[in-house]
Amino acid sequence: MNYRDLIEDALRGHGADYCEARIEETGSTRLVYRGKGLEDAVVNSGRGGNVRACVNGGWGFVSFNSLDGLKRRVTQAVDQARAAGGSGTQLAPVQPQVKLASPRIVKDPRKVALAEKKRLMDHYNGLIFAVKGTQSVSSVYGDSSRKVCFGNSEEAYIEQEHVHVICRITAQARQGGDVQEGGFSIGTLGDYGLMDGLDDEVTASAKRAVALLSAKPLKGGERTVILDPVLAGVFVHEAFGHLSEGDNVAEDKKLQEVMVMGRRFGGKHLNIVDGAAIPGLRGSFAFDDEGTAATKTDLVREGVLVGRLHSRETAAMLGEKPTGNARAIGYNFPPIVRMTNTVIENGNATFADLLAGVNDGVYVKNWYGGMTQHEMFTFSSGEAYMVRNGKVEEMVRPVMLTGNLFTTLENIDAIGNDLGMNQGGGCGKNGQSPLPVSNGSPHIRIRKCLVSGA
Amino acid sequence: MSEELLNAAKRKFGQAEVYRVEGESRPVTFEANKLKELSVRESSGVALRVISKGRLGFTSTTNPDDEAGLVARAGAVAEFGAEAPFTLPGPAKYPKVNVHDSAVAGITQQHMVDTGKELIERLRDKWPDLLCEGRVGTSTGRMQIWNSSGMEASYEQTGYYVYVGGKLIRGTDMLMLWGGHSSCGLFGKQQSDLILERLLQQLEHCRNIVPAPKGDVPVIFTPRGVGATLVSPLLEGFSGKNFAAGTSPLIGKEGQKMLDARISVYDDPTLPMASGSRPCDDEGEPSRRLKFVEKGVIGGGYFDLLSAAKAGKKSTGSAHRALTSPPSPGTSVIDIAAGDTRRHDIFASVKDGLVVEELLGAGQGNEMGGEFRANVSLGYRIQNGEITGRVKDTMVSGNVYKVLAQVEAVSKETEWVFGSMRAPYIRCRGVEVAAKG
Repeated sequence: MNYRDLIEDALRGHGADYCEARIEETGSTRLVYRGKGLEDAVVNSGRGGNVRACVNGGWGFVSFNSLDGLKRRVTQAVDQARAAGGSGTQLAPVQPQVKLASPRIVKDPRKVALAEKKRLMDHYNGLIFAVKGTQSVSSVYGDSSRKVCFGNSEEAYIEQEHVHVICRITAQARQGGDVQEGGFSIGTLGDYGLMDGLDDEVTASAKRAVALLSAKPLKGGERTVILDPVLAGVFVHEAFGHLSEGDNVAEDKKLQEVMVMGRRFGGKHLNIVDGAAIPGLRGSFAFDDEGTAATKTDLVREGVLVGRLHSRETAAMLGEKPTGNARAIGYNFPPIVRMTNTVIENGNATFADLLAGVNDGVYVKNWYGGMTQHEMFTFSSGEAYMVRNGKVEEMVRPVMLTGNLFTTLENIDAIGNDLGMNQGGGCGKNGQSPLPVSNGSPHIRIRKCLVSGA
Repeated sequence: MSEELLNAAKRKFGQAEVYRVEGESRPVTFEANKLKELSVRESSGVALRVISKGRLGFTSTTNPDDEAGLVARAGAVAEFGAEAPFTLPGPAKYPKVNVHDSAVAGITQQHMVDTGKELIERLRDKWPDLLCEGRVGTSTGRMQIWNSSGMEASYEQTGYYVYVGGKLIRGTDMLMLWGGHSSCGLFGKQQSDLILERLLQQLEHCRNIVPAPKGDVPVIFTPRGVGATLVSPLLEGFSGKNFAAGTSPLIGKEGQKMLDARISVYDDPTLPMASGSRPCDDEGEPSRRLKFVEKGVIGGGYFDLLSAAKAGKKSTGSAHRALTSPPSPGTSVIDIAAGDTRRHDIFASVKDGLVVEELLGAGQGNEMGGEFRANVSLGYRIQNGEITGRVKDTMVSGNVYKVLAQVEAVSKETEWVFGSMRAPYIRCRGVEVAAKG
């Protein structure tokens, strides 16, 4: 089926201020391990589409699996937009592109046989049970491909394909009613090679799960924490990234006063960027789901707020430039402002510098999850270690860190020089989860962080 | 189409199951105090699950052009699939569970727009600085399932929901509140009034920010707070997956009294019109009321066919699935029993304590073994029986088995939480409260 002709044909005479259509084809493979071994082997395919229209600032959105009667869907979306009313369409201009973008493929997971994927996951599974004391596993291997054909009323037509590989491996150890976990999550854009060479990390995870059974819980309270690159990545995503999303700010005058350009958020050593134009990462792409070219946006420069993430609408509302951050997780959702690859840039300190002068602090690594609600954020570590007199000492039970964005960024008093990326996670917002993103940072040190133990 | 698919799969493999869904949802969305978007979302797809030489293969598609290839694909997957030590169930008798309201089809977009607009207007009337959001929507859907053992089940379902919330920003202090209700059927002014009443009450409680209480204080979980804090770590132990994996702390504990006698927790997918109710599960097993805890005594877990087979139990009609995933054990409508203390007295007798309504970051730690740990995103301090204000930068943590064994009081009154769970107010000890400063 020629999707380009289908879309252009359907959009002709749409009658809206702006109209776009997307048709997507998807495929995925998943191997789920639970308990002692493989639990699910899944291969899916999909196809669907949507039409989105804007009339006088009101939006209509129609999504479907059947591609029959696309023109009727356009009419329906436009009618809905008209009925939604509004006070004027605001969309920042972008150069309409006609592009067939090639996906980033290093080692195509679709060309690797299911038998081989299973063999490798079975091997890693075996390594976990080779460690004495492990009880069970909870692991997933997944790869997915998403082909997106996008056309709009400005005569843009873009085809893109996004191929992802993710792997999460978790070992569980049990002693009576106490169950502890050790694991890791990784991911890549288009590279099955991610799956090679994980033996040491798998074995270390299993040993950690067992060791956690005898680790003590930490008493909750304020402490100095050192975050590893992976957890610091989750931190910048939750603590700052979400508040940078233009849709939170665009129609909220009060929030605009708070997130005002030029406001100081941290020390001069703090620089934060987000962009899909940073190549080769899970949040990388050529065009967002509105056809805007990807960028790399400075959010914080030398501690001061200098930028935001936008869709065409939020950019227009704030009189700022579109940044290529309008993303939809699939054809059944409209694009909204999302993060892509979010990074705290390198500072000058070494890891040793960060440890020095920390007494009764905590070194936290790896992630379990994170969440944000405006200025409040939480994130959970997978590993935690006491730091006394500048030395990393015994493992304690994993902790949760929480705080207020404004004070916490100010309380970052040292930024390392060893940038590392976390590509094993996905972002959730407005029911669109898990959206592929990456986030990263060097090691960072935060004073007076609220930490909760067990 | 489905019959052909099932027959083709049956011929090739030992066992096969076809699961087909189609549905439509029509949400109306409000942002920044005004109507923003009207949408219609149609979806349809089919999943094929096969057991070939004792191994499971699962595949699904939303592309009608791919349906012809599903049998071959399922077979290719089953070659490397997991062991399936169970037989797909034969025909069964299903309870009559009312999940369809013909009035839903008649709900116009205009009605939904008016409902959302009115709620937002009434909220802003009392709190003009509130920046409101809302979502009102209907859904209709049909599920059909057939298998090679002769089982055939299907039902149609409708849904209606109203959610409204607002953001209040004072400097760098931000408050975000949400309220709402969902049901299989249309509900009207009485329910909307309740949503509004609760939101206004929460806004009142949050007028002032106060320091969190310190030390070993009593914590009152409102019905929402019970849902946010206690339910998930408690249910983790009852999951058939964890019985099958040997990781549930409740293995071998059936019949033991572990919690306070005032605690009884059920899953009841047969409750009429409740959001989450259904006559059968996603493997075609009949729905039934399940007893997890009764008067503090531990009952059985919730199982689908696979987890039941692995754990040496029977399916409890608890299979849940999304189109693109194989079934796995889950719960439908959690129903926690009322106690014997008036709600007024739950609050009145507290000298200094914490009230928990919503958490941020719950479920993102190790919930195995009953642990919970999160930031209190909506919670209040209660002193001498009165709520004195909102607390912030406060975390609660604990173990649900310990906390529910230290129950001080359970309210006579229960409330529906967003239409899919019913719970009382529970006051207990043993929760660690950590706060800044």
